[in-house]
Amino acid sequence: MIKDLQEFGADLYEQMERGEFPWVRMPSRSINNIYYDPGTRQYVLGDRSVRRSARNIRHIRPLTQLTWIADFAYHLTKQKKTSTLRDVFYNAQAYDMSFTDQPESDDIITDLETILGYAREDFSIFPEERSAIFGNLTISYTVPGYEGKKLNLTSHPDGVMIGPALTSAELLDTDAEMVIAIEKGAMFTRFIEEKAHKKFKALLIHTAGQAPRATRQFLRRINSELGLPVYIFTDGDPWGMHIAMVIISGSANAAHLRELTTPDAKWSGVWASDIVNYKLPSDKLNDMDIRRLYELQRDPRYEGKLWKQEIDTFFKVKKKAEQEAFSRYGLSYIVDKYLPAKLEEMKSY
Amino acid sequence: MSRREVFAEISPADFFYRNRDIAGFSNPVRAIYAALRELVENSLDACELHQIPPDIYVRLTQEGGIPLGLATYKIRVEDNGSGVPASYIPSAFGQVLFGSKYRLRQTRGTFGLGGTMAILYGQITTHKPATITSSTGTSKIYEVELRIDIQRNKPVILRRRKRSNVEGWHGTVVEFYLEGDYFRAMPKIIEYLKQTAIASPYANITFVDPRGRLYKFETATNKMPIAPKETLPHPYGVDVETIQRLVTITETRTMLQFMITHFHRVGRATAKKFLDFAGVPQDRNPHKLKQEEIVKLVHAMKNFDAFMPPDASCLSPLGEELMRAGVQKELNPEFIAIDVRKPSAYSGFPFIVETAIAYGGNIQKTDDILLYRFANRIPLLYDEASDVSWKVVHTEINWKNYKVSFDKPMAVLVHVCSTKIPYKTVGKEYIADRPEVEREILNGLREAGRQLGTYLSRRESAEHDKRRLDVFSKYLPKIAHFTKDLAGKDKELDVERLLRGVGKIEEET
Repeated sequence: MIKDLQEFGADLYEQMERGEFPWVRMPSRSINNIYYDPGTRQYVLGDRSVRRSARNIRHIRPLTQLTWIADFAYHLTKQKKTSTLRDVFYNAQAYDMSFTDQPESDDIITDLETILGYAREDFSIFPEERSAIFGNLTISYTVPGYEGKKLNLTSHPDGVMIGPALTSAELLDTDAEMVIAIEKGAMFTRFIEEKAHKKFKALLIHTAGQAPRATRQFLRRINSELGLPVYIFTDGDPWGMHIAMVIISGSANAAHLRELTTPDAKWSGVWASDIVNYKLPSDKLNDMDIRRLYELQRDPRYEGKLWKQEIDTFFKVKKKAEQEAFSRYGLSYIVDKYLPAKLEEMKSY
Repeated sequence: MSRREVFAEISPADFFYRNRDIAGFSNPVRAIYAALRELVENSLDACELHQIPPDIYVRLTQEGGIPLGLATYKIRVEDNGSGVPASYIPSAFGQVLFGSKYRLRQTRGTFGLGGTMAILYGQITTHKPATITSSTGTSKIYEVELRIDIQRNKPVILRRRKRSNVEGWHGTVVEFYLEGDYFRAMPKIIEYLKQTAIASPYANITFVDPRGRLYKFETATNKMPIAPKETLPHPYGVDVETIQRLVTITETRTMLQFMITHFHRVGRATAKKFLDFAGVPQDRNPHKLKQEEIVKLVHAMKNFDAFMPPDASCLSPLGEELMRAGVQKELNPEFIAIDVRKPSAYSGFPFIVETAIAYGGNIQKTDDILLYRFANRIPLLYDEASDVSWKVVHTEINWKNYKVSFDKPMAVLVHVCSTKIPYKTVGKEYIADRPEVEREILNGLREAGRQLGTYLSRRESAEHDKRRLDVFSKYLPKIAHFTKDLAGKDKELDVERLLRGVGKIEEET
C-alpha cells in the first residue's frame, strides 16, 4: 500500500515534469453510478469515472488536498501511527489549505480510498466513534509494542473498544456460537448484566448507532473467520432497520470498498410486528420517519420478504418502539423471553 | 364714494429691495451665501471674457454681532479680471440693471444685478457704504466709495481716489459690509466654492473665513474655455416685447432688412420665405408695424419651421479636458467618464449638455449617488430633487445596466450651458424638465454610463484573472511539494511554466 501511495505521487509529479497540469481519474461516486450488485450482495460503483485536473480552478483545491492527504497517510503508515478523521481535518490547517468542515476532509479521504482501492483504516485513519465488544473471544495483538499479547474479551465488564488495535488482531479462540450486535449502549450493558453472552453463548457487540466501518469489518471477520451467525438488534423504526441493513449490505458511501459487509447477518428486531405482537409502548411515526420509509421501500437492498413485510407493517401501524420498550415486562424479559423466542423465529427466515 | 388711487413709479432698485427674496437674499443665511456667490461669479466672468486665468481672493471678517450667529461681516472679493473703466464704476456697482448682461451670451450672472444686489443688501442691513477699487491696467487705480439711492436707482458717490498703478495691475476689488449668519451658511459656501472649482479648474480661488481658516482651490490647468461670442436672438426665442424694442431702435427700412439684421441665422432666402409665410410684405417699414402686426409676426416666428437652428458659437462649454481636470482635482475619483453633447436648442435658445460620472476613489461616501449640477458653470446647490437631472439620474437610468453596484461612491455631474438656462422658477436653483434638455442629459449620462460600464467590466475581469492566478499560484506549488515528497524525488518542481499557462486555459463553466 505504501507503494501505491508513492506511485500515486509519482504519476502526478511526472505529469508536472512534462509540463502538464496534474490530474487524476477516479470512479464516480455520484448517485447515478452506484448499483446494487446481487452477486456480492452489496452496493458497488459503476463504470463512470471523473477526472480531477489542476487545470480546472474548481478542482485545484480538492486535488491539492488529495495529494496532501496521500502524503499524510504515507508518513502515518510508514511510521506505523494512527490518526482520526478529526485529526486530519485539523492537521490540514498547518498547510494553508484548510478544509471548510470535517465532511469536506472526510470526502477527500474517501476520494483517496476510491483512487487507491484501500479503506481509510488501511491508511491508519480512523473515525472518531468507537463501538465495543464483550464475550468469550481471545485475541492476539499485532500492533507495535503489543505483538503477541493476548486478551480475552470478557476481561473488561464495560466491553473492549473496537479500535485499530482490535481490528488488526488475530482471532484465536472462542466458545461462542453467535454474535449479537446491539444498537444502544444501555441495552448492551443490560445484556452483559443479564449474562446474555453465557445464556446464548454469544459475543455481544455495541454498534453505537450506525456501526463504524471498523466494527462492520470486524463483524465480517468474526462471521467469516469464526463462522458465527450474526444477529442485529436495533430500535423498531426505519433508522434501526437501516443500521442492520448497512451491516448486512453496506452503505452507498462505501460502495467503492469491499469486505465491509456481512451479507448473512440477520436483523432480529425490534420489528414492526413485534410492536403489535408484544404490545410494546410506542410513539407515532413522524414525517421524517415516514419519508425514510418511502426511501427504504425504493431501495434495492430491501428486496427480501422480511424487509418488505416489516416496511408494510410500519406503514400500517404507523408506530415505532425503542429497544428499551421491553422494560415494561421487567428488566430481564428481553434476554429471558424475547430473545430466545426471536432466535427461534429467525430460523424460518 | 370714490377714492383716488395713487400710482407711483418705483425704481428697479426699489423693486428689488422689495422683492429681494427673488434674488436669493431671503434670510441672513441665504444672504451671505448669495452675496459671496454673486461677487465670485462676477469676478470669474470678468476674467474669462478676456481669457485671463482667474485668481480670486475672498475674505469674510466678522465685525461684531453674536459669535457663531447673526452678525455684521465685511466681505472683500478681489479679482485679476479686466477691471471696470473709471467712469463706469459708480453705475456698475451703484445702479441696478446696469451691466452688460442683457445681450445674448452665455455668462454666469443670472439677473444682471448680482453684485449690485449684494451691495444693496449690505447697505440696507448695515447702513455702510461700499468701496470699489478697479483698474483696467492703465496707469491709475481708481477707488470709489458709494452708496445706492434706492428710490432713484442712482449711485451716490461719497469719495473718489486715484492711485498710480505701478505694477500694471488690472482687476476689481469690492468691499462692503452686510448682515448675515456665516456659521449656518458655511457648509453651503464651502460646497459652492468646491463645486465652482470643479467647473472652473483653471481658476485659483482663495477664501479666508471669519475664523481665519484658509480654503484654497488651486488651478489644475492653464487651459481656458473659449470665450462665448455675442449673438443675435433667434426668431424662435423672441417675444412681443423684444420685437417692440427692436422696431423702435432699428435703422432698417424694410422688413426684409429687419429680419436679416436683427436675427440669428436668418439670411435673405430664409427671410423672404418667412415673410411670405407670415403674410408680411418684404418692403414694409418695421417702424410702422402696428401692435397686432407684431403679435402676428411673433406668432408666425414660432410656427415657421424653416429657420436654421441656432448655432452654438455663443456658448462656452467646458469640454472634456477641463471637465476631467476639475473633477480630478476636487473629487479625485478612481475613474471619470465624460460625455460632451453636440449643441442642441430649445425654443430658439441653443444649449449644450456636458455630463460626467466619477466613480470610486476619494469621492465622499453617501448612501446615494452624489449629484453635482451646473448651469453656465454655476453650481446649483438648492432644490436638487426638483431638478431635471435628479429625475434623469434617479428615475430614468437603470444603473445596473452599467454594472454599477454602489459598493463604491459615485458622483454624477451635469453641466447645462445656454444663452438662457430653462430654470423652473425665479429662484434659479433648478432646471426645468424641458424635453429637449432632458433628452440630452439622459443621452449624455447613458454614454458616460457605458464608458463606466466598460471600465467596470474590464476591471472586474482583470480582478477575476488575478484571483484565478492567485488560486493557481497558491495550490500548484503545494501539489508539486506533496507529490515530490510522495514520489521520493529530490528536486522540487518549478511550477512557473504552468502558471504562465494559466491565462490560456479556457474557463470552465
